Amino acid sequence: MGAMLEVNNLTVRFGQMTIVDEISFSVSPGEWLMIIGPNGAGKSTINNAISRAVPYTGTVLFEGTDIRRSKSREMARNIGVLSQNHYVGYGFTVEEVIRLGRYAHAPGLLAGGKDEGEEKVRDAIRKTGMEPYLNQSVLTLSGGELQRTFLAQLFAQDPRLLILDEPTNHLDLIYQKQVFALVGEWLKKPGRAVISVVHDLSLARAYGTHALLMKKGKIVSIGSVEQVMAPEYLNQVYDMDVYDWMRQMYGQWSGAAQT
Amino acid sequence: MKKRSREGFSLPIYILFTAVTLAVMLLCICVGSVMLPPMDTLEVLWNGLTGAQGPVNEMAANIILPVRLPRVLCVALVGASLSLCGGAMQGLLKNPLADGTTLGVSSGASLGAVTAIAFGISLPGFPFAGSMVMAVLFAFGSLALILSLAYKLDSSLSTNTIILIGVIFSMFASSISSLIITFAGDKIKTITFWTMGSLQGSSYENALVLLAALALFGGLVIGCGRELNAFAVGEDNARNIGVNVRRVKLTVLICISVLIGVCVSVSGTIGFVGLVTPHMLRSITGPNHRRLLPATLFGGACFLMLSDLLARTLLNPRELPLGVVTSFVGSMMFIYIFYMSRKGR
Repeated sequence: MGAMLEVNNLTVRFGQMTIVDEISFSVSPGEWLMIIGPNGAGKSTINNAISRAVPYTGTVLFEGTDIRRSKSREMARNIGVLSQNHYVGYGFTVEEVIRLGRYAHAPGLLAGGKDEGEEKVRDAIRKTGMEPYLNQSVLTLSGGELQRTFLAQLFAQDPRLLILDEPTNHLDLIYQKQVFALVGEWLKKPGRAVISVVHDLSLARAYGTHALLMKKGKIVSIGSVEQVMAPEYLNQVYDMDVYDWMRQMYGQWSGAAQT
Repeated sequence: MKKRSREGFSLPIYILFTAVTLAVMLLCICVGSVMLPPMDTLEVLWNGLTGAQGPVNEMAANIILPVRLPRVLCVALVGASLSLCGGAMQGLLKNPLADGTTLGVSSGASLGAVTAIAFGISLPGFPFAGSMVMAVLFAFGSLALILSLAYKLDSSLSTNTIILIGVIFSMFASSISSLIITFAGDKIKTITFWTMGSLQGSSYENALVLLAALALFGGLVIGCGRELNAFAVGEDNARNIGVNVRRVKLTVLICISVLIGVCVSVSGTIGFVGLVTPHMLRSITGPNHRRLLPATLFGGACFLMLSDLLARTLLNPRELPLGVVTSFVGSMMFIYIFYMSRKGR
């Protein structure tokens, strides 16, 4: 099976600083690639390059086509991005924001033949449980509700590859679980893949199929989650005994549950 | 499931808007230092439109056709254009305080016009095109300069950064304008015209140019309603959903520059119109630009016509500069919006 996304020698520089240094990897349908590593490793910058938000050198191919050559709308039909925080300037309704997701599918200037899009929008609203909020202003939503609104927009956009940039950074536990469960459900349909940047190693391990471990702009290890999250790699990257720390933390939990 | 709600206005609403605007226009033609009865006014307008000869009120005809009608038309068109620009900028920059005045674009445009007049820059065959073209070029240059400076300082383009830079640039451009005016005294008759704005002595030619600019460039801006919605949610979000961010931004900025440049070269700087109308209308239409932008055309026209009426009649027979009235209302509004947005955080 051919790769969906192929990244070759990706390098991103800001002035003199090299943030991402000659990175190559690929993602195939059905995979959920977790990009992990300490702060400043360049994880989010990879995402920004793949979504064409920052200039880069090297090539990024989506199904064999250089993304630099895709038109904006075509790009959005292939790759969708969920970023970590949103501040909406005006009081748009939840429904208006979700419907913006269909922008890339709108047939030119004249809006017609919306049937399939309508189905996608309703489906996205139902899956994310946003029905009760549709006419509410986005300014009145909590962080978790706002993130679900943008997730619904993304589902309505219906891309093939989902890019999540620390999607649950400011969210409490229950929303973290919701977002990851929704994305996991989304990935079950054939021909889809996910790349996400996460800080929480347990989340990465629980939901990822593959992982890419980075430090200072370079790849330390890449492969299946089990391979990459082996103690020797993690300890090297984080400069500490990660497994020991995890055992201590989660040991306390399991101990508490028993008593 | 309920039927998909329309984003734009329906035809009856447009008819209502047009009716209200025409009523305001009639009011502004009738009222002035000389009061004219509405029926006579309508008769004069009808005869003027159809070319029919009839027993008309002679005095009314002499006031309406050469003086009041062109002025009111120009006021309405300038109001519509400036308000549309304000609404579009506020969406594009996700900044409710953005406007030709607060960003310094108007001052830039007026610097262009002043330069053209002082140095006698003109296009052969089109006497007033020189200052217009210069105003448009300077408007675009100012906008480009302000935005690139703001992006350099603060890539998220926060409200405060961009307004601060706008204000500073505005002062800078005004000071250069004043300098040029001081040295070119006899060429530029009234300094107040450029600093305060007025549509005294407007002609039908002016109205025609304004209308053409509004139809072409205003139409383009209104066509970008969906894209502006995406920008108002956030520029990153706009890119993510497939908006060609660079192209849309450039298109809208060029259209805004042309509209502001043309308005300034006809009327001088009339402050804060683009701030006041979109803000008042947003509470009725909501932030969706497919409703907001068309509404700003009518709302802006009405707002400026009424302001102009006030300017003409408040201290009758003396006339206030129009910009004094709009700036008074606008600065109050600016403080209100700023206060509310601070409180909301």
